[in-house]
Amino acid sequence: MSWDQLTPLLWQAAGETAFMVLITLLVGGFLGLALGLGLYLTRPGNLLGNRFVFAVLNLAVNVVRPVPFIIFLVALGPLTRAVIGSTIGIEAFTFAMCFMATFVFARLVEQNLVSIDPGVVEAARAMGASPFRIVRTVLVPEALAPLILGYTFLFVGVLDMSAIGGYLGAGGLGDFAIVQGYRQYDWVVTAVVVVIIVLIVQAVQWLGNILARRALRR
Amino acid sequence: MPAATGAAAGSIVRFEGASKVFPGRGRRTEVRAVDEVTLDIREGEIFGVIGQSGAGKSTLVRLINALERTTGGDVVVDGVALGALNEARLRPVRAGIGMVFQQFNLLASRTVAGNVAYPLEVAGWSRSRREARVAELLDFVGLAEKAGVHPAALSGGQKQRVGIARALATNPRILLADEATSALDPETTRDVLNLLQRVNRELGVTVVVITHEMDVVRSICHRVAVMDRGRVVEVGEAYQVFSAPTHDITRRFVATALRDRPSPEVLERLRARHTGHIVTVGVDEVAGSSAVLTRTLREHGVDGTVVFGGITEVAERPYGSLTVELVGDPAAVEAAVVALRAVTWVDDHGRAAS
Repeated sequence: MSWDQLTPLLWQAAGETAFMVLITLLVGGFLGLALGLGLYLTRPGNLLGNRFVFAVLNLAVNVVRPVPFIIFLVALGPLTRAVIGSTIGIEAFTFAMCFMATFVFARLVEQNLVSIDPGVVEAARAMGASPFRIVRTVLVPEALAPLILGYTFLFVGVLDMSAIGGYLGAGGLGDFAIVQGYRQYDWVVTAVVVVIIVLIVQAVQWLGNILARRALRR
Repeated sequence: MPAATGAAAGSIVRFEGASKVFPGRGRRTEVRAVDEVTLDIREGEIFGVIGQSGAGKSTLVRLINALERTTGGDVVVDGVALGALNEARLRPVRAGIGMVFQQFNLLASRTVAGNVAYPLEVAGWSRSRREARVAELLDFVGLAEKAGVHPAALSGGQKQRVGIARALATNPRILLADEATSALDPETTRDVLNLLQRVNRELGVTVVVITHEMDVVRSICHRVAVMDRGRVVEVGEAYQVFSAPTHDITRRFVATALRDRPSPEVLERLRARHTGHIVTVGVDEVAGSSAVLTRTLREHGVDGTVVFGGITEVAERPYGSLTVELVGDPAAVEAAVVALRAVTWVDDHGRAAS
């Protein structure tokens, strides 16, 4: 195919990737933050220490996270069908991405929160702050820079996940590279897509670094 | 004067057989961090809790603002028994008690002013009242020009002054200082102790000081409790505890604060240098000062040379001892020692067997 024919397809693929990645970053970022805070807070000895809840959350994260995403997609099928109504298409695929991203980000969030000096949390408690206020005014602001970098890392992971969108007929840049490049023996098309993805990752990492540095300027 | 501020006032914190036991898990055995402590802290005093690390003093002070809950007995703060309160009802109690920490525990993400404003936000003060109060507090601790700076740019002493301003923000009646000077150099320590003393005198705040340094107790505390393995082994006027320690731990602390008594080795060297009669004479409030010693010796026609010793202040009263070589007629020396014994304690080391 000529680039005249390829260009609209490339734009469409880029749009699909943007849809999948942005939704996942939004939903997975929010739920991952919540789950990560849950992990941190319920750890025995912490603010809402609860051995049972912590064990359940911790196990869930440990079970989901190491599963290769392509297998996870299949395994999640029944739940995807129940929620989305179908196991194929961009919605079904994005649902699975949100799920995985939540668990990946939860662990990142928890690890960043653990590095906060417990003395600062104790000081806030001593001033009569409630756990919710401590989350809002101590934990998140104090860990903001590493959280931004973690979120940037999540973006790269999510972009990576989105590359196998073709497997469920979700399209996207990864699918474009395989269908229009690899299968057509057109290495130039594949190379162009790779360059585009590298540029996106570079730009986002650059932005994340700047924001993190700004959050650290204290 | 310390006695006057303490004795007349009522109790503001009362430990009633309070215990804190951390349960053992697996191979760890349970820890009795605080073991049936009964203690009164009086309104308006500076109360010291001294003990070696691991003696349970940090846990004890955290029972006062319920950062740790008692596992036995109770703690009554300002008439409120804490044992009966749930977490949500403890929050207002905590908000009424200021606390400063060894590692300052300031929020790195906030400026100095933002840190001092934090407890005011928790207490629901309006922005304009907060700003006025923060300015007033930073002025009190002498950091008005640092309002917009982040804690990372401050020295240890400045950080602790921010910590104190933050702890005082909501006008608490009690200030807890957990090893507040232990991370500071001696000069900064003095600044921070002076500030705590001002807080007590000018604002009438009851201050509870946790420390392992006898020097802190010596310089600012009215009364002191000595802790050892979770128990309070000695409690009383700082001066009393200092001048007549009854427990080994206390004696050890006292010895670290003032090395005024000659050890046997020192005595031996003194003997080699001085042939006269050597005595160690206690200097305290009763003996007044070394003036009493000088006058007594003059009255008996005895020459005295100070060869060792030291005098310092405990709770703002003189305390220490002087080791003196007495030279003169043996009968006159004897009479002078008897006269000194009438006003203070005397350790008679005799004279060299020549």
